[in-house]
Amino acid sequence: MNTNIEELREKAKLFRREILETIHAAGSGHPGGSLSAVEILISLYDYKMKHKPDDPQWDGRDYLIVSKGHVTPAVYVTLANYGYFSKDELPKFRKFGSILQGHVHVKVPGVEFNTGSLGHGLSVANGIAIGNKMLKNDSNVYCLMGDGEIQEGSVWEAAMHASHRELDNVCAIVDYNKVQENGPTNDIKNLEPLADKWRSFGWEVKEVIGHNFKQLIQALDDFEKNKGKPYVILAHTIKGKGVSFMEGERNWHGKAPNADQLKEALAELV
Amino acid sequence: MSEMIATRDGFGKELVEIGRENDKVVVVSADLEDATRAEYFKNEFPDRFFSCGIAEQDMVGTAAGLAFHGFIPFINSFAVFMTNRAYDQLRLDLCYNDRNVKVICSHAGVTVGEDGASAQCLEDFALMRVLPNIKVVCPVDEMEARKATRIFTREYGPMYMRTSRAPFPVLTKADDTFEIGKANMLRDGADVTLIGCGLLVQESLDAAELLKKDGIDARVINMHTIKPIDQDAIVKAAEETGAIVVGEEHQMYGGLCSAVAEVVVRTVPVPMEFVAVNDTFGQSGTPQQLMEHYGLKASNIADAAKKAIARKSQVVSGS
Repeated sequence: MNTNIEELREKAKLFRREILETIHAAGSGHPGGSLSAVEILISLYDYKMKHKPDDPQWDGRDYLIVSKGHVTPAVYVTLANYGYFSKDELPKFRKFGSILQGHVHVKVPGVEFNTGSLGHGLSVANGIAIGNKMLKNDSNVYCLMGDGEIQEGSVWEAAMHASHRELDNVCAIVDYNKVQENGPTNDIKNLEPLADKWRSFGWEVKEVIGHNFKQLIQALDDFEKNKGKPYVILAHTIKGKGVSFMEGERNWHGKAPNADQLKEALAELV
Repeated sequence: MSEMIATRDGFGKELVEIGRENDKVVVVSADLEDATRAEYFKNEFPDRFFSCGIAEQDMVGTAAGLAFHGFIPFINSFAVFMTNRAYDQLRLDLCYNDRNVKVICSHAGVTVGEDGASAQCLEDFALMRVLPNIKVVCPVDEMEARKATRIFTREYGPMYMRTSRAPFPVLTKADDTFEIGKANMLRDGADVTLIGCGLLVQESLDAAELLKKDGIDARVINMHTIKPIDQDAIVKAAEETGAIVVGEEHQMYGGLCSAVAEVVVRTVPVPMEFVAVNDTFGQSGTPQQLMEHYGLKASNIADAAKKAIARKSQVVSGS
C-alpha cells in the first residue's frame, strides 16, 4: 500500500515511456486511452487492490475487469511492472504467438477476462460481485471503462442492475478523457450531465482528477467505506496524457508513434 | 399416439431436481423465466435466482461473472432475444472466455405459433454453431431435455439448448442412451436416411411410414446435437443408404441441414434434400398451420426423400 506520491509519479512516467515503447515495437495499438489510464491503474495495483502477482488466481484477490479492452499497453505494462510476467514479453505485444494479445486476454497472468468489445465489463463485474456476496467473500470488483464506451446501452443495463442489488462491492472507474475514436465525446454523443446520470441510476459518484494520485487514492478509500450502493469514480483525464502532441488528439486513439515521434515523446517523459 | 409434453417442461423440472443436489447451480434470467420454465427453480431457490430485468446482454455478462466462483449459471430466454439480442455477449463473454454458462432457449421455430415472426427464432442453430467452444443441442422430447440438463450441469463449458413451447411427442424412455454428439437411430432402413431434430424427428418417423407404403425403406436418425455433429452416423448413413434428407424447424441455411451437408460433401457425397424454412420469416397461425405452410410435415419429407433417391442414379463425372 504505497502512499508516497512522489514515487508513484515517477512510476507513472516510467509506465508512460514503456507504454509508448511497447506500442512502437508493435507498430500498432492504442496510446491515447492507455496514457490517460496510467494513474488509475497504478492507484489500483500499487495502493488499493489486494493481489498477489506470484499467485494471480489467489482466492482473496480483488478483481479488475478491463472493460475498455483496447488499453492493453497500459494494462500489460502495469502487470509486468508489478511482477505478473517478465518485461521481456512487452516487445512481443500484438505479435504472432505472444501471450500479449491486441486486446485484453486471460493468457496474460493477472488478466481476469477477455474483452475488446465495449460495454461488456460492468455486467461481468456485477456477476463476480454477486458471487462474492453469495460466498460472503469480502473481495471487491473494479471495472475500468472508457467514456466513449458508456454510450453502449449495455452499460446502463448493468448500472441499473448493480444498484438494484445494492452491489457496494463494485467500483466502476470511468476514464473520462473526453475524446473517442472520431472526435470529442461530447460532440459525438453527449454524456453530460454524467455524474447526474450515474446518481439517478442509484450510484454513489465521486469526481476526481484522474492524474492526481491523492484524489484517486482518496476516492478508492471512500469506495471501501461506502455501503448499500455501487460506487463510480468519474476520473477526469487527458487523452494521451504526458505527451504534448498526443494530448487531446483523437488521431492518437489508435496509432503507433514512429521512431522520431517516440524519441520526441520519451524526451517529454523524463 | 405418444404423450405430448413441451421440452421446456422437462428442462424446468429437471433443473429443480439438480438444484437440490448441487448448490452451485444458479439461474440468471431476463424476465421470461415463466415461459422458459426456469421459474420452477426460482420458486424453490429464490436465493440462487437473479433477474436482470428485460436486459439480455446484462444477463449473459452477469452469468459470465458468476461463473468465476464455480457457479454454474443457467441463463434463459426466448431463442430470438438470447441469440440475436445478446450475440456479442454470447460470443465474447461465454465462448471466447470459455465460461461454464448454460444457455437455455425456448420459443424457437414456427411452432411458437400465434406470436408470429418476431418471436419465431429460425436462426439460433446457425448463430450458435459458428461460435467456437459452444455445444448446441435440441432435445427431441421432454425426456431428452431432462438428460441434456443433467449433462449441461456435469460437463464444463458453454452449451446451448433449444427447448420448445409446443408440446412434443415423447419418443424416448428414461433408460435410452443420450450422449451429446452421438445421434440416435430410431429406425433402420436401407434406401434413404431421414435426419431430423426436434419436432422434425416425429415427422421423419411419420414420413418413413408413408415411404414404406411406396416400398421405400427409410432410416430415421434423431440428431439431437447440432454441434458437435455426429460425423460417424452421417457417414454411415451415406454409405449404407445412399441418400439423405435433413429436416429442421429452422432456416434452411446454416443450421442442421448445413451441418450435415458439410460432413457429406467432405466424406461420402450422396444426394441430399432439405426440409426447412426456405429463406423467409414466419407469421401468426397455429403450429400445425405453420408447419404445413412452411412445408415441414411428413409428406414434405417423404417427397424430398423420393427426390433424393431419384438422384442416386445420376452419375456426376469429372473431366
